[in-house]
Amino acid sequence: MLKKILVVSAIVLTFGASSGFAQGKLSIYHWFEYIPQELLNKFSEETGIEVTMDTYDSNETLLANLKGGKLGSFDVAVPGDYMVSIMNSEGLLDEIQPGELSNMGNIQPQWMDVSFDPGRKYSIPYQWGSTSFSVSRDVFGGDIRTMGIIFDPPDELKGKINVLDSQGEVIAMASLYLGIPQCTSDRDQLQALDELLQGAKENWASFNSDGAKDVLVSGDAAVGMIWNGFGAKARAEGANIEYSYPREGLVVWMDNVVLLKDAPNRENALKFMDFLLEPENIAAVTNYARYSAGVEGVDVFLDADLKSQPESVPPADAPAGSFVEPCDEEVQVVYNQIWTRVKQ
Amino acid sequence: MEPVYHQKRAFDPLRIWLLLPSWVVIGVFLLIPVGLMLLISFMTKEFRGGVIWEFSLAAYDQFLIDRGLFGDDPPTIEWTYIVIFLRSIVQATIATIFCLIIGFPTAYFIATREPQNRTFWIFLVTVPYWVNLLIRTVSLKFLIRDNGPINEFLLSFGLLSEPLGLINTNIAVQLGLFYSYLPFMVLPIYASVERFNFTYSEAAADLYADKWSTLRRIVLPNVVPGIAAGCILVFIPSLGAFIAPDLLGGAKNFMIGSLIEEQFKGNAGNWPFGAAASMILLTMVLIALLFYTRQQSKGEV
Repeated sequence: MLKKILVVSAIVLTFGASSGFAQGKLSIYHWFEYIPQELLNKFSEETGIEVTMDTYDSNETLLANLKGGKLGSFDVAVPGDYMVSIMNSEGLLDEIQPGELSNMGNIQPQWMDVSFDPGRKYSIPYQWGSTSFSVSRDVFGGDIRTMGIIFDPPDELKGKINVLDSQGEVIAMASLYLGIPQCTSDRDQLQALDELLQGAKENWASFNSDGAKDVLVSGDAAVGMIWNGFGAKARAEGANIEYSYPREGLVVWMDNVVLLKDAPNRENALKFMDFLLEPENIAAVTNYARYSAGVEGVDVFLDADLKSQPESVPPADAPAGSFVEPCDEEVQVVYNQIWTRVKQ
Repeated sequence: MEPVYHQKRAFDPLRIWLLLPSWVVIGVFLLIPVGLMLLISFMTKEFRGGVIWEFSLAAYDQFLIDRGLFGDDPPTIEWTYIVIFLRSIVQATIATIFCLIIGFPTAYFIATREPQNRTFWIFLVTVPYWVNLLIRTVSLKFLIRDNGPINEFLLSFGLLSEPLGLINTNIAVQLGLFYSYLPFMVLPIYASVERFNFTYSEAAADLYADKWSTLRRIVLPNVVPGIAAGCILVFIPSLGAFIAPDLLGGAKNFMIGSLIEEQFKGNAGNWPFGAAASMILLTMVLIALLFYTRQQSKGEV
């Protein structure tokens, strides 16, 4: 997949090293296309730390690779909300001791005591946003404020739908569409979930996360399940698309920078986290990725058009957001089976 | 019967020392990993990836027996994975046939050029393969997609009224496999055609054989080892491919490779099951190869 190109081309920055002030290294495990290179350069210039980055395209891939032996080779990673609690329960995270981060106070109060990391002992906010879908207005003129566009599409959209290759988000969305709770262990509800996805799959063209923007820009997909900022970027690149705020509910997420267990450069990881809590720096991420930051004082650094971009401003009647919930093993086994049946 | 001097030489100390590096390489890079896979396939899966070191047949059970969504229906045969395996075998077989149809004439053409020109033709065959497989597959995706150059060309000249709709289908996967592994067919066939002594063909022609009989009765039997090697080299990697189904097939229809990848890198996180699927694949390939080598050695006797 494309992410492997990015992995292969992971860039080594040597700004500090060339002037003889190498202050060690920092190894980041990050989502694809989620941090501007200029910001990494700036960090290297300020600290003299050499940065290397590897990328992944789903929370599940991040977990699988860390458990598969990559723990100990990275310092920081950027898991989504539910994955923070899963990684913590799997013992993959290192605790941030009080006082180790001098910019901890910059975090907005509403993001301080979050359900997936009470008291922010293991993580700091990176970006937050929603997962929904964008629809090409060249192809479809009707009402898009329903998840039926994805799960029971009108004829003109059949076979032109790209879905994120992300079990957690697809199943959470399907649960909202059916009006059933996440991680339900009710058999009838799980059966309905299975039937819904089996039926919907017939109308889907592809599963693709790292290409979710490209298929909309190129016109290969008329509907693309997508993260709000990524959808905004697709629109900025010329796709005539509209982001949907479905009435059934909205999947929201927050990505967080975590300190990994056995980090080879723990000190530098903390420096990087402090760096990302500076409003100016995290605003650079927001300007690039088109999501929202969780830090006080970023507004003055944000691009003017961000504040009005439809992907970030839900309509007044938009439903409250729901995070993807981590399920227990009994339900997860059924989810995995449903997912395999969808993708077989 | 093996000649006796072979057995004597097996105990030659120098011979043992000289072979040691290959044994170490085979042991470290082949036997240990495969042994580990075999072991893991009989272990208990850990929730969300990983292995609990307790014996279990759950992985093979999951592969073969369907107990419904909740695991307590009466057991029936599990078709999901059999279908995935069959799909992979069909895809790999078709890819091999297409590679043979295109690859044999190509190799024959190259091998019958003037010796000084052959390198140039071989060079042309290999040039695209200097580029990484992933990049080539992505390029193919750009070429064949609905708004890609091929469709735009055909549409603009009125040869089609709507796009071919190749992308995200099994045909696109097929195209990807064929394109990825074509030189693996051309090169071994070229090597054996090049070694073929064409005076035999001349002799056949002198004996009033027409071109078709010459090809069928003189050339083909002599180049069969090259064809067989080519078929094996195309079939086996096609069987385990996952880049083509992911990128060209839209990740919608699992092939064996993508099924295994999903167990280790994707959502499922079921290492023993991934290992079991790998072992079943390995066993199938081994049986096919054993069958082939037996046929070969029979032919030599």
